[in-house]
Amino acid sequence: MDIVYTIWLRNVKRYLRSKSRIVGSLGMPLFFMLMLGFGLNSIVSIPGMEEGYMEFIIPGIVAMSVLFTSVSSGIQIIWDKQFGFLKETLVAPVSRLEIMIGQTLGGATTAVIQGLILMVFALFIGLEPAGIVGFLVAIGFMALIGVTFTAFGIAIASRMEDMHGFQLIMNFVIFPIFGLSGALFPINSLPAWLRPLTLANPLTYGVEGIRYGLSGTAQIHPLISLAVMAGCATLMTVVGAYLFRKIST
Amino acid sequence: MHTGTLNQGTGSTLAIRVDNLTKSFDGLVAVDGISFTIESGEIFGLLGPNGAGKTTTISMLSTMLKPTSGTATVNGHDIVTGEDDVRKSIGIVFQDQSLDEELTAYENMDFHGRLYRIGGEERRRRIGELLALVGLDDRKDDLVKTYSGGMRRRLEIARGLLHEPKVLFLDEPTLGLDPQTRNLLWEYIARLNDETGITIILTTHYMEEADRLCDRVAIIDRGTIIALDTAENLKASIGGDVVTIASPDPDAVAGLLTAPWISGIERHDGSVTIRLQDADRHIPGIVTAIHQSGIGITSLSVRKPTLEDVFLHYTGRTIREEEVSGKEAMRMFHRAGRR
Repeated sequence: MDIVYTIWLRNVKRYLRSKSRIVGSLGMPLFFMLMLGFGLNSIVSIPGMEEGYMEFIIPGIVAMSVLFTSVSSGIQIIWDKQFGFLKETLVAPVSRLEIMIGQTLGGATTAVIQGLILMVFALFIGLEPAGIVGFLVAIGFMALIGVTFTAFGIAIASRMEDMHGFQLIMNFVIFPIFGLSGALFPINSLPAWLRPLTLANPLTYGVEGIRYGLSGTAQIHPLISLAVMAGCATLMTVVGAYLFRKIST
Repeated sequence: MHTGTLNQGTGSTLAIRVDNLTKSFDGLVAVDGISFTIESGEIFGLLGPNGAGKTTTISMLSTMLKPTSGTATVNGHDIVTGEDDVRKSIGIVFQDQSLDEELTAYENMDFHGRLYRIGGEERRRRIGELLALVGLDDRKDDLVKTYSGGMRRRLEIARGLLHEPKVLFLDEPTLGLDPQTRNLLWEYIARLNDETGITIILTTHYMEEADRLCDRVAIIDRGTIIALDTAENLKASIGGDVVTIASPDPDAVAGLLTAPWISGIERHDGSVTIRLQDADRHIPGIVTAIHQSGIGITSLSVRKPTLEDVFLHYTGRTIREEEVSGKEAMRMFHRAGRR
């Protein structure tokens, strides 16, 4: 456990120290929230939901922020590889599983902090928290998204040579995952042929979970969301740990 | 007689035993059946050009790479079956920097101490001592990215010592450092070995480094060890002082020098290199002989042999000539290793 903590601590320290990274990765979600939220608030109404569009997309944008932060945290491993630091960790008498779990929890923690900062901003532009329990439910789902996608990033990084593939992964894997998650539109209003894709997307359940926590309504039952997200987090951790075991420096 | 386990307790003062160790990448043999032993407390050097297999050897001994065949023990533990025990016994400074630049020197040390499960009180005490030892205690709270190359190296050495390893691996410890810093580091390393008795195995392609620092030197080329002894003996083994005579007609010069006190003669384009004991006494005779037979001498130099001469003697090439092709080979190894 102390090894996991050590790796976790390094990740969190590095995150808190890089102010530009914190601010930088707040930019896009914040703009999405402001532009889509204010821009579409008056012309879009969500069927079966009293609140406006702004209220609808806030959980989606929070999930987006957690998603992007956690994937890039996982892929950070490639930087450690290139700057040589990974060797220092790999040659120590500790198991790779401990390293991987520490890395995953560290990435998930930073992703949740990032999501929380965004939530605080959202309070000023229309987020009305549905009580402390709902808030904790939302954080729980953010943590599950964080674990799932940090582990995913580690899995990718374990197979990648350098950062060249990063854009590819972001544009062709992560962005579609976000787009097809029901973060920006209700899954019920999608054409029938797109729905299976959305329902096969783990982030959908994460977004629905956060939405349930923040606004009290969701299109997918929160227990189903919880089960799917918990399953995904476990599965991705196993896959990530398996691939990380074979990482070469 | 019991089996291997008996030796482990006493270590029989062997820090490292390497037996027929081989590593190949996709059929390319990087290390080819090397064997040697290192006594406890020794500074042992692996000297050779880039791509000779030094780093691959270190990687296997530090359990970062699995050997293709052969065995080795470090501090009595097998590098394949006793991986964790080997890791606990060794400290390592890699050829490429392996610090976290976004952390301070103290934090890098602290991270390492926690990874090796050193308790809080002891960890803090040792970090303080080691940072003082390498002269970084006044900069310990600065981010590593503000450090110079020499400071980073010193920090890495301090870090490698934090868990009190029995054997310290230094892979090209002074690569890319200026001569002054290099000298300083040599002093650190020698003093460290003196004061703590730690076994040190270092790789280098600097002749002077191997000569000044190492108790014994193994000259490694193309994956095999071609000579292994003290630097003194290695230099003596190639037959005394080195006299290099450049001449328009090196063949004729070579033909003239047949006296029995000449222990070796080699021709390299445009010059003849001979080896002999007490060159100072024989030089006038040699010059006279060449002069009398009407062959010109462009230049003549006499010097004590260096490890460079030893390398040249055994391989027919200088280490510097190897540099270019060595880098090629290393790149190939890297690519092969990643696949």
